[in-house]
Amino acid sequence: MNKSVFFGALAFTGLAAAGASAATLEDVQARGTLNCGVTTGVPGFAEPDADGVWQGFDVAVCRAVAAAVLGDPNAVEFVPTTGKTRFTSLASGEIDMLARNTTWTFSRDTDLKFDFTGVNYYDGQGFMVPADLGVSSATELDGATVCIQTGTTTELNLADYFRVNDMSYEPVPIETGAEAVQQFLAGACDVYTTDRSALAAQRAGFENPDDYTILPEVVSKEPLGPLVRHGDSEWFDIVKWTLYALIAAEEYGVTQENVEQLASEATDNPEVNRLLGTEGELGAMIGLNQTWAKDAIAAVGNYGEIFSTNIGEETAIGLARGLNAQYTDGGLIYAPPFR
Amino acid sequence: MTASDLQGADQGFRIGQLINDTRYRSITFQVITLILLVLGIGYLISNLLANLADLGQDLSYDFLAAPSGYDINQQPIPYDSQSTHLRATIVGALNTLIVAFLACVTATVLGVIAGVLRLSKNWIISKLMAVYVEAFRNIPVLIWIIIIFTVVANVFPQPRDFRGDDATASPIFGVVAATNRGVYVPRPYFTNGFGLSDEDAIAEVGDDAVAQAAAQGSVIDWLVILAVLIGSLLATRAITRWADRTQEKTGKRPTTWWMSLAAWILPITIVCWIMGLSWEIPELRGFNFQGGLLMRGSLIALWLALSIYTGAFIAENVRAGILAISKGQTEAAAALGLRPGRIMNLVILPQALRVIIPPLISQYLNITKNSSLAIAVGYMDLTATLGGITLNQTGRAIESILLLMLFYLTISLLISFFMNIYNNSVRLKER
Repeated sequence: MNKSVFFGALAFTGLAAAGASAATLEDVQARGTLNCGVTTGVPGFAEPDADGVWQGFDVAVCRAVAAAVLGDPNAVEFVPTTGKTRFTSLASGEIDMLARNTTWTFSRDTDLKFDFTGVNYYDGQGFMVPADLGVSSATELDGATVCIQTGTTTELNLADYFRVNDMSYEPVPIETGAEAVQQFLAGACDVYTTDRSALAAQRAGFENPDDYTILPEVVSKEPLGPLVRHGDSEWFDIVKWTLYALIAAEEYGVTQENVEQLASEATDNPEVNRLLGTEGELGAMIGLNQTWAKDAIAAVGNYGEIFSTNIGEETAIGLARGLNAQYTDGGLIYAPPFR
Repeated sequence: MTASDLQGADQGFRIGQLINDTRYRSITFQVITLILLVLGIGYLISNLLANLADLGQDLSYDFLAAPSGYDINQQPIPYDSQSTHLRATIVGALNTLIVAFLACVTATVLGVIAGVLRLSKNWIISKLMAVYVEAFRNIPVLIWIIIIFTVVANVFPQPRDFRGDDATASPIFGVVAATNRGVYVPRPYFTNGFGLSDEDAIAEVGDDAVAQAAAQGSVIDWLVILAVLIGSLLATRAITRWADRTQEKTGKRPTTWWMSLAAWILPITIVCWIMGLSWEIPELRGFNFQGGLLMRGSLIALWLALSIYTGAFIAENVRAGILAISKGQTEAAAALGLRPGRIMNLVILPQALRVIIPPLISQYLNITKNSSLAIAVGYMDLTATLGGITLNQTGRAIESILLLMLFYLTISLLISFFMNIYNNSVRLKER
């Protein structure tokens, strides 16, 4: 008995010691796959398709990083995480990066020791109600029962919003978005609240989407973006600039279709040349090969293409670009210069 | 003193004896194992602290004093989003205790009934109970929790179905509203109690302090009720003892049932009348029913699932306890002229309890620990508040989990302690 306890302890120590390590890039390259944390399933953002292949807006970021680092957009191990498990997964080293519509907040960035690599979707929290409830504004929700995904910033925003407006409500906390939707559809709550992008995504999956309306109020700022562990700046740079490469590609008109041709020889746009590796040594500066950005864009397309194929207006989710348009079109999406 | 002892004393202690001498060998190995175990645990802890330091984190419980920022639906004590994480933790702990207590009571009742009936000579009843036991204890409790929750959410009507002239649903007897969000039942309160009533408090100023005083007043009212009930219990036991003494003296047992009944009913009725008991009926206002007591769907699901699941185990304990009493006892009692009911009460059950109580303790511990599955249906127990939202919002995983472990350990040890006291009182007295 005592002996087995001892050996158990030894085994546990081995596991614990294998935990955090600083050089994520070497780990990923040695492993040959990127471990990327995603949601347990939000249509348009991250969800396995009929063949079990993960698809979506956040998934594309994972694939772009895998393409840039490993040259293969399919060398990704997707790890589904809930609102509760995501930070532990990342902090413990189970995943190399988290691309799971996670809100960039001060305490997550500093106290939880993570680094947000940028924003890939500017969102805000909203409310969805059944249309026949006859509610047209969130200010009419006094006394309502509200379904909410537990462990998210929406939980805190909800408490703040009702307190500031001096309204009462009954929270129904639920572990995953899918269960929350089930409860909402069964009428166990009057209101379902989460980020407006996720509301639109989930509403698109309903049997009768028109029976439900999303209220006009946006009660919070929710900048969503990928994040990595604090303390590994090289890896942080790689994920950050891969995201910016996708954004810059849209700005300069580099698409999935023309990227091969543009990268085959130097063009007369030096910015595009530096981005695609036909000029300068940008790849070497972040420890990757010269074609890192070209590989990423060839794998998933530029930011605009990712947006329109996964969540854009032509898809069932039907989100407009809005704040997420390029800065040249009046949005907030902006990549620093590649030089 | 044996010969070898004398020899060892003569030659003095040699180091080789630690391995070769059977007197010392077991101690040597135990000491070595202990040292290795301490070193191993020490290494694990230092590894944890070193890794935390590498990540730039430390162990600190300061977060407990910060405002929690989230709301909790079931609040046994006043709480809002501006309260501290510590208060949220206490609310969660109380919710855990509430559901664990309710489930322990109903599981025991269910278990005893099912266990006794499974031994019934009636074929249908005994087979029905066998089906109950086998079906419920062989399916994971988490599944039962989710099944019941889903059934409640989908079968019962929504609150707005109760609205209007063509309402598709109506409250049972006009007072109990079973909705898919939970069951609203009338809430008893005292208009003439020792504290201010709620209406008075709101009518006077609507001030928080006054409302709190009213809440404290109603606590006093309920303590009075509890004291009266305990008094009634003591009175009925005194009546039974008096009946026993009379029986021993005269050989005839006086009829006591009406005395016991009066001891239960009269005092509580009088007290309720003096304090002005009335009922607050739930009414549909706005999105939900207002007023009355709400038993949320999550509480019902968790309570029912834990009760029927653990009840199946307790039924088997009860059956085992009864079967453990030899048939000779029943026959001897029957030979003395006792009727079957009296045989069960006076001869079988007191002896069966010795066998039933120890596994029953484990079942109570299981209920308390299984209640941590509450988050599956959004019941805000300790695992959902401290181990869920607080952990997530503050990122203090290790601190929160340590506190959680400490809480469950303390509660389990307390339950064991009190049940062991009870076990000592029913076990076989050896003379």
